[in-house]
Amino acid sequence: MATMTKQRIAQILAKQGILIAFAVFMLAFTIANPKFITVDNVFSVVRSSAILGVMALGVTFVVISGNLDLSVGSMMSFSTIVVLDLHDKLGPLMAIPAMFAMTLCLAAFIGFLVGYLRLNSLIVTLGMLSAIHGLTLTYSGGQNMDIANKTGTWFGVFGQGSALGIPVPILIFAGLAAFLGLVLAKTPFGRKVYAVGGNGTAATFSGIRRARTVFMCYLISGACVATAGLIQASRSLGSQNTVGQGLELQVLAAVILGGASLLGGSGTVFKTVIGVLILGFIQNGLLLVGLQFYVQFVVTWVIIILAVWLDIAAKRGKLWSPIA
Amino acid sequence: MQAGQLSDAMKRGAIWGFIVLELIFFSVAGQYLSLSDSAFMDLDNMLLLLKQSAPIGIIAMGMTIVMVNGNIDLSVGATFAIAAIVLLNSMTWPIFAGLGDWVIPVAWLLALAVGTLLGALNGLIVWKTGVDAFIVTLGAMLGYRGIVFMFNGENPTSHLNWTLVDLAEAEFLGLATASWFLLGVTLAVWFLMTKTVHGRNAYAIGDNREAAVNAGIRVGPHMLINFAIIGFLAALSAVVFYSESGSVNPNDGQLYELWVITAVVLGGTKITGGAGSVIGTFGGVIAIQLLRKGLGHIGADTSTVNLVIGLILIAVLFLDRQLNVRGKEELKV
Amino acid sequence: MTDPKPVLHLDNIVKTFPGVRALDGVSFSVMPGEVHALMGENGAGKSTLMKVLGGIHKPDEGDIYVDERKVTMSGPLEAKAKGIVFIHQELSLAEELSVAENIYLGELPRKSFGRVDWTRLAEQTNAILKKLNVRFDAATRVGDLSIANQQMVEIARALTVDAKAVIFDEPTASLTDAEKVVLFDVIADLKADGVGIIYISHRMEEIFKITDRISILRDGQYQGTVNTAETNEESVTQMMIGRKLDLSRKATNHDLGDLALEVRGLSCGKLYRDISFQVRRGEVVGFYGLVGAGRTEIAETLFGLRDPSAGQILLAGQEVRIHSPADAIARGISLVPEDRKGQGLVLGMNCRDNMTLPQVDDLKAGPFMAEGAEIAIFDQYRDRLDIRTPGWKQKVGNLSGGNQQKIVIGKWLSMHPTVLIVDEPTRGIDVGSKSEIHKLLRELAAQGYAVMVISSEMPEVLHVSDRIVAMYSGRIMRTFTSDEVTEDSLIQAISGLGDSHAA
Repeated sequence: MATMTKQRIAQILAKQGILIAFAVFMLAFTIANPKFITVDNVFSVVRSSAILGVMALGVTFVVISGNLDLSVGSMMSFSTIVVLDLHDKLGPLMAIPAMFAMTLCLAAFIGFLVGYLRLNSLIVTLGMLSAIHGLTLTYSGGQNMDIANKTGTWFGVFGQGSALGIPVPILIFAGLAAFLGLVLAKTPFGRKVYAVGGNGTAATFSGIRRARTVFMCYLISGACVATAGLIQASRSLGSQNTVGQGLELQVLAAVILGGASLLGGSGTVFKTVIGVLILGFIQNGLLLVGLQFYVQFVVTWVIIILAVWLDIAAKRGKLWSPIA
Repeated sequence: MQAGQLSDAMKRGAIWGFIVLELIFFSVAGQYLSLSDSAFMDLDNMLLLLKQSAPIGIIAMGMTIVMVNGNIDLSVGATFAIAAIVLLNSMTWPIFAGLGDWVIPVAWLLALAVGTLLGALNGLIVWKTGVDAFIVTLGAMLGYRGIVFMFNGENPTSHLNWTLVDLAEAEFLGLATASWFLLGVTLAVWFLMTKTVHGRNAYAIGDNREAAVNAGIRVGPHMLINFAIIGFLAALSAVVFYSESGSVNPNDGQLYELWVITAVVLGGTKITGGAGSVIGTFGGVIAIQLLRKGLGHIGADTSTVNLVIGLILIAVLFLDRQLNVRGKEELKV
Repeated sequence: MTDPKPVLHLDNIVKTFPGVRALDGVSFSVMPGEVHALMGENGAGKSTLMKVLGGIHKPDEGDIYVDERKVTMSGPLEAKAKGIVFIHQELSLAEELSVAENIYLGELPRKSFGRVDWTRLAEQTNAILKKLNVRFDAATRVGDLSIANQQMVEIARALTVDAKAVIFDEPTASLTDAEKVVLFDVIADLKADGVGIIYISHRMEEIFKITDRISILRDGQYQGTVNTAETNEESVTQMMIGRKLDLSRKATNHDLGDLALEVRGLSCGKLYRDISFQVRRGEVVGFYGLVGAGRTEIAETLFGLRDPSAGQILLAGQEVRIHSPADAIARGISLVPEDRKGQGLVLGMNCRDNMTLPQVDDLKAGPFMAEGAEIAIFDQYRDRLDIRTPGWKQKVGNLSGGNQQKIVIGKWLSMHPTVLIVDEPTRGIDVGSKSEIHKLLRELAAQGYAVMVISSEMPEVLHVSDRIVAMYSGRIMRTFTSDEVTEDSLIQAISGLGDSHAA
């Protein structure tokens, strides 16, 4: 039947739409400028997407568990500033674990509020966005943070180094994506994350500790943020204290673009990676075809709405919403 | 009296109680810590506070409507910036050169129209695509901000029109122009939300959308109008503020959505919609401004303000939840 | 005198959804001043029919006549304008708004500048409330009213228009007996005014008390209309289910095992008080009572979802404290919850993952899920329970109610519990699955499970239980053995008329 095939096409589009869109994009930009697909360019795009990407991996867990995290941007500023400051005080070897511990404390606080106290995650993380921003400014005394001796440290390896010809940020991003992808798709914990996000009540009625699961998702998000802060600090060996500002939205954009529902229960690490790469390649492609840097924001806007719209349109079988 | 009524009453009065606490705290603490000689509760200081509340306050009124309606708008800061650019830039356009000072109302109208359209665009997308308002306005926040930057890159857009500045700095009955706008908007939105059919329908939609649909309330147009209103108010806020300052940075208005939502939530509006009051939001706006000013008065810097406001927002959410817990009998899910 | 004309007439209504013929030639009429029952199993097409009538669905074929004039409905608003009013099962009220605003939702009286005419609104509302003889006023916030009074607000809504036909959808589901009396008075008044009433309910005693005629649907097909006075429960049931459901009573046909669960003096605030009973292995104990009698809350306490305020729970003679479902599961208690979609299943997940959810931590191969073992479990219970699904990858949300319920049961059987609690095991599922589940519950007892069945359907309780605990208002009124129980004594006990006995 004709309607069946139409439905089938809609289903395929809904399931693989993001990959198709990605392919179309790459093709269009490559035709517009063949330089787009060269190894150098691809590496440079992925490397510059790595910080955003690492954060998006963590937020994917939070979103699938049915919550939001708008605090990752200011938390990343915090991690960056802290690790730079401690680098000169404790040395890089101690600075990194200390920074991770401090970031994880913040993440645990959020996880406690959202998981155990069941407070609305949008408002909690909005509040934490502001609070952590304030904390960072207080910590840094409002100053930019720089490593005193930029040449005499191995600390730059996370942001600037490369192994086997591949930049380290890409290796970290890829490794973390593979690891967290396995955790989410293959382990009991991952299964619980989907269950809690899909129907938290039913998960509780199945003996799953919902609060603990949500708490763990925020811890994972915190660890990813700390990793992103490490890459950021290492890349420039100095930083403004607002370096992560606004990133929470781009991170969320990437996760949504990857097809995770804000209602929870759906999404994958792989799709988030695609979402991140799309954002990165759009930015790069627009520059290569000679458009202004800021056009990417407008394009991102259009793409996000189109992506989510087509996704729900395929699910309801109608393009336009039935709202009167 | 039932337990529910007690907590309701507490919630309704809470924001004013909080304001009184702030006043007492900063007055007393100010005695010991303040760098300036003047008292915190000084009349001039309070009038200035009202004026400084205007930019956030005017937008917060619009956010109250949208949140009561069951939506949210994250793009207000970017709309604010776009309206500011339209206001300042349009006054320099050659086609308006012959207008003299009549360019002022034209520029105002242009800025307000643009804000209204951007808001309406969000509303239209939410209505017609069925995509959640959070995502639509999150996208718009990026997109509208992109437009701001495309206009003039990282550079500020400036234009000083002295007639306009005089107008904006004028005082009437002791209140600054901006204060009058804030009070006027508060009154108008209060009227809209408590007295008109549109306002009551907005509550009904936010409270029980399906019931509203079944009763024949047209949900889509209501959302469209409410988003247009918040767009208009974001632009009005920009118009009032930049008439005086005359220069807009492309980053201006960033994090406004945070401040605005904080004010609205502090004022008791339910995050899920259906409940909230304009007067409460006004209290929320004053409470935040008081906190900013008060912390400044006792020598704390902006970083402390951010920290404190974020934590207060969470504390309010926590208290609200504690007041609503039914006790040990509750199902543990 | 001329014959009365029907206020509402449905002629050969057909509605198909992809793959389902939801309504297949349904015709019936409602006369003025008549209370007309519409009956059918869940899924028989009642709600689809109501949606067609309310203009939410367009019929593929057939016509609707109001006062003998053919009409098309574009939505609830138009239906209302034509005098067809619905009192919904799920209350559709805005809790934060006043009674008056809810009654006139969508049509608040206007003054200039789009203002609400509060004076007129209050006058109109109070006039209607007076007719209904209720004790709240127009300005009361709806959220502060009891469920019964909220329903009165819904009914008041129906009175704002010149209603020709009023449709009540399960109106007594959450009402107390006293509240029901008020409702039936209102229905009698409407009837006296010549309004036609469609009354949808599963409760036979109500149907036979207040309706004049009964129309019956089965699998989307119209089975006929009978005069209430000329029929009885049995023949109506038979028309609804098409064949006789075997609900004969079965005595225990195997030996009872050890004591599995004992509850002593358990209380939980106002929800239930001083509950004591025992369940042995090999025994099915039925819990019967009205909605709100405290049965579900006891089950939730045993499953660690509520903390008791007093009393003891003993498993195999040992006192235990159960703080969470995880505790309960570890101690061999399983709960098939009342709300299948809300509490039992993650609808967006596939069949296998739903079934193995309580044991994800135990099905590991190294750090990963042992997917092979999971599939084996799924296959085992699919075969044992005859779950019809294309495969384990199927999303549970796409299955029928009966198959969904079997997934939930399979999920808990695979945990090999000692005590299996099932809350409303057959609510909203088709007759075939229903009798399969009844049979299964008996089999499980025979295999040595201790089974607690909570049900609001008397035939079901009588059919599956070895003993029946009758509850009323948070207390156990009496415990019956299957030999001594009669329908009358059971009804007396759950209405608060019997003596209080400990189990």
